[in-house]
Parts: sequence; structure tokens; C-alpha cells
Amino acid sequence: MDNSADENSTAKHKFILFVSGMSVKSGHAIENLRRICDKHLQGNYELDIIDISRDTEQAVAHQIVAIPTLIKTYPAPRRIIIGDLSDQEKVLKILNLSE
Amino acid sequence: MAYKKSKVQQFIFPKTPTGVDGLDEITNGGFPKGRPTLICGGAGCGKTLLSMQFLIKGITEHNETGVFMSFEEPSDDLTLNVKSLGFDIEKLKADKKLVVDHVRVERSEIEEAGEYDLDGLFIRLGYAIDSVKATRVVLDTIESLFAGLDNQAILRAELRRLFHWLKAKGVTAIITGERGEATLTRQGLEEYVSDCVIVLDHRVIEQVSTRRLRIVKYRGSTHGTNEYPFLIDEDGISVLPITSLKLDNEVSSEVVSTGVPGLNEMFEGGGFYRGSNILISGTAGTAKTTVACYFANEQCEKNEKTIYFAFEESPQQLVRNMRSIGIDLQKHIKKGTLQIHSSRPSLNGLELHLLTLRKLIREFEPTTIIIDPISNLITVGSEHEVRSMLVRLIDMLKAHNITALFTSLNKQTDNFRPDLAEESVSSLVDTWITVRDMEGIGERNRGIFIIKARGMGHSNQVREFVITNNGIELLDVELGPNGILTGAARQSHKFKKTMSDIKLQNEINRKDREIERKRKVLEANIEALRNEFESAQEELSILKATEELQEKLISKKK
Repeated sequence: MDNSADENSTAKHKFILFVSGMSVKSGHAIENLRRICDKHLQGNYELDIIDISRDTEQAVAHQIVAIPTLIKTYPAPRRIIIGDLSDQEKVLKILNLSE
Repeated sequence: MAYKKSKVQQFIFPKTPTGVDGLDEITNGGFPKGRPTLICGGAGCGKTLLSMQFLIKGITEHNETGVFMSFEEPSDDLTLNVKSLGFDIEKLKADKKLVVDHVRVERSEIEEAGEYDLDGLFIRLGYAIDSVKATRVVLDTIESLFAGLDNQAILRAELRRLFHWLKAKGVTAIITGERGEATLTRQGLEEYVSDCVIVLDHRVIEQVSTRRLRIVKYRGSTHGTNEYPFLIDEDGISVLPITSLKLDNEVSSEVVSTGVPGLNEMFEGGGFYRGSNILISGTAGTAKTTVACYFANEQCEKNEKTIYFAFEESPQQLVRNMRSIGIDLQKHIKKGTLQIHSSRPSLNGLELHLLTLRKLIREFEPTTIIIDPISNLITVGSEHEVRSMLVRLIDMLKAHNITALFTSLNKQTDNFRPDLAEESVSSLVDTWITVRDMEGIGERNRGIFIIKARGMGHSNQVREFVITNNGIELLDVELGPNGILTGAARQSHKFKKTMSDIKLQNEINRKDREIERKRKVLEANIEALRNEFESAQEELSILKATEELQEKLISKKK
């Protein structure tokens, strides 16, 4: 576990979060994600937020169906999480950040 | 179509032509315009193809752009799959007429954490629709979402929202769905939110597979309710309406000659009505094909385009055989008025046969077709199916005003009126001629008679006919003491008749001579009497003179 924490501290996590306009779920997702990242990654991360209602082509390129969708592009493996990330434990487990 | 059909001023439900041959007829004009239509069915029954055809025909024939959202096949695969059916998706995509978007939802890659909706899908779809101003949309197969995502409650709600959203967008949409076990679709949801539901089916009965289509529901419109067989061939899907919804085809009073000398006279009108259908039935070897060829020949002579479907003989064989009785079919083939199509009935299913007929009729535009024999089709399908196919065939021919002649082989074993043992098509045909064997005194003769001829008086006689090197010849009716005579009986009767004629003549001659003799005797008698009378007269006059003399002398003495 410590290992992964070390790794996390050295490498920057990269996320892309797809949202749609100002929907409630999108807002929740952004909030929840920021909270998780601030707590577990100590701000050592990159987050792109793409509003597909304005940037539609990105939705096609990334095969987005559900909103909100979070894609972790780095470190490998690439993970895709859909939902407003309210289930924090599950998110941490999927992102391999749990203590 | 529906637009034209309505006679009375009434509200016409707006419809979008389906682009599928025959489906417009069943749906009375097409899918509901601006509303979602569900097409469901099991694997491999043609859902994707039907929807793709809807889009492509929309573009090529009605200039309506389309969006194809595929949840199952990647765009490239799709392109390749329908290319074999003559649809070039790449070109349409390049022309900005069609957008193909492959939505990939891979369960193994996606995790769910919390609430979500399918806005991504909506936005992509909206984007695709707007980019080409599409009016036709296909979602194939939406259920893949249920396989890829866990939260069924969300999906169901979102699916419902999607249908309403499509409606609000005003696009004519097709949504395909896998067939469920108890319900039409797996989720049992789509059929309720769609305005039109079409079920496709693929069944194998007695080793012959038939695809069928049925309209389960169509809000706000009438539609054909039967199961309609459909076909997938190199031109895509075509549906064959089992029967036209109406029987209102035009009829012709023109009469076409049968081509058989003598047979025309058996009909009061002098032949068949144009556009009617004629059945020639009979047991094996009763010259059904010959009569059919005579008719074909006659029609070709008059430059009527004719198609001859031979299910038993190859064209070459048919031409050779007919040449032996003095009919040259080859020259008609060369001239292009006659086409002979030979194939074994078992080559295709019934539906494909019907479609072949239909296509040829469309391409060649014949005025006459001959099917020899229809009874062979029984080997392909059940009697019921054959009948239903023939009904459709006859409807189709009637609609095109094509004169059709079918031959039908009766089973030899049917002792009880073998001429009537029919594939129950007898009630469908307008004119029914039977050729039959007439056996007796060690020989077999051919007889022909008319069982029915709708709208035309006809002879009630069984006419004997012979086939010589010069062709068919109907013989005059020979009435014997016990009815009509045929073959050897006819000849012996003729011989007897000649004999008795001679005898009669002799008798008459003898009588004449007798009279002559009698007259001579009489005349001789008359002569003798007259002589006698003369001599008596002479004697009496001498006596009279003598007496007068004596009288004179006496008076002088006084």
C-alpha cells in the first residue's frame, strides 16, 4: 500500500471528466472528484473538464454515453467511471487510491 | 401510396416511405413520420439491414438525410456488410448525407459510481442529427446499453426519455431490439413507447426457412395484420404482401386467342380474357405443356412479351420438343419476345421463387406468363404455403393485367375425378381447362374440356384431340348411340356408318327400280285395257251401223 502511495506522489494523475452543461449530476461529480483528489493526491493531479454540450466531438472521440464520465488516463491502467462519484469508496478502489 | 388511395377528403396520417419494397403497402404508406418505430426480432432476422435500407433509400430516393447509431457493429464492419447488398455507405458519408456513429459500451472497461444519465448519448445523437440535418434516425441495437451498464432503473428511465426526445426532435426513428422471451423485446419497454412496432421472424419449417414480418402495432393508422414473408437478396429486403388489401384491379374485356385451333371455338368469346389466369390440369402425358406452348407461341406471334417458367424442362429441351410438333419457339427467343426460365423448384424457397417472378415481371414487363407446372412447387412448401404464394402471385399478375397460364399435374392415383384433385387453386383461377386420358378398348385417347370460364360461355363437350407432327388438332365431335366416341371407337363407328350409308343407298336405289318396274307394269296394263276398249268400241260401232242400215231399209219398204 505504501508503494502505491509513493508512486502516486511521484507521478501525476491525469483525469478527464466529461460533463454536460450545468446539470446537477455534473456539478456533483466535479465536487466529488475534487474532494477525492485533494484528499488522496494532495493536489498532485491534472484534471480536464470537458463540457460535451459545447465540445461534442470530444464525446464521439472518447465514446461517451453516460454523463458524468470520468476517465483516468494516467497512470495505467486506463479506467472509466460513470456516475456522479458519490460512492467515494468505490471510486477510490477503482482508482487504486484506497489506503 | 396511401396518399393516392384515399378517395374521401380525410385526415391522412403523415408517413415516411420505408424504402423497403412492399412494406409501404402493408403499412399504408410507411413508418409514422416524426415518431419512433421499433423493429424487433431474434438474431439474424434482418433488423440492421432493414433499418439501413430505410436510411439509404431515404437518401437516394427521397433525399432525406440520416443518422445511423450503431451499438453493436463498428462503422467499418457495417460498411462492409451492407456493401455486398449494393449500398455504398462511404460515399454517402462523404456526401454528408449519412452519419454513422458507433457507440461502444464495454462493460469490462466501465465502472459505475453514483448517479448518471445518458446525456452523452443524447448529445452525440443530437450533434449527428444536426450535422446533416437528418430526418431519419436509426438506433441499432439500443439494448446493448443494458448489457454494458448496470443500473437498469436509470437505463429504463433514460430510454423512455430518449423516445420522447426523438419525438420532440421530429425525426422518424427506427429503434431495433432483440426479441425477448415473453415480451417483444428483452426489456419489455420499447414496444410501449414506440408508435409502431414491427416484429421480424425467421422460422424453419420442414427444412425450408422463411423470414416473416408482422406489424404488431401502429398508432393512428390501419395496417395489414398478417405475417408477411420477406426476402433478403442482392437488392436488400423486399416484403411480399400475402394479399392486396383490396381486390380492385382493372379488368380487360379484350380476348386473346388460345393458339390451339378448335379450342377457341369452345369459348363463346373466342379465347381467354386478357389479364385472366388459366389453369390447365391433367395427369401425366396429357399434353399440358404442349397446350401451354401453343399459347406461348400464339402470344409471341402477336408480339406479346411472354415469360415461360419451366420447372421440369430446360429451355433447350422445351424448344426441341416443341419443334417436333411444328412449333418454333427458338425464333421468338431470338426476337426477344419469349424468355424461358428453367429451374428446379427445390432450388429456392417459395418466397424466392415468387420474388424471382416479381423481378422478372418488373424488368421484362411481359403481358403473358406461363408457369409449367405449378404443382411442382408443392415439393418446396406445404400445400397451404403454396396456395398462399399462388394467391399473391395471382394478385400480382392481376394488378399488372398479365395473362397467366399455369399447368398443374394431377396425381394418377386419384381415381375419383382426377381432373378435380387440385391444389385448391381452382377457386382462384378464372378459366380452368382439363386435359385427360380417356381409356377404353385397349387404347388411350386425349380429351380436353373446359371446367369453368368466368364471364364467358363455353362448350360442355369433351373434345378429343390428337397430336401429330403438325401439332394439336381438335377432332369434330362424333356422337354415337351411347355418347361421344373417341379413338378406335370413333373410327369403327365411322366405318360402320359408311357401310350403313352404302346399304341405305343401295336400298334406295332398289326401291327406285321397283317403282319403275311397277310403273311399267301399270302402263302396260293401261295399254291393254285401252286396246280392249278400242276393239269393243269398234265392234259396237259396226253393230250400230248395221242396225241403222236395217232401219233405213225397213222405212223404204214402207
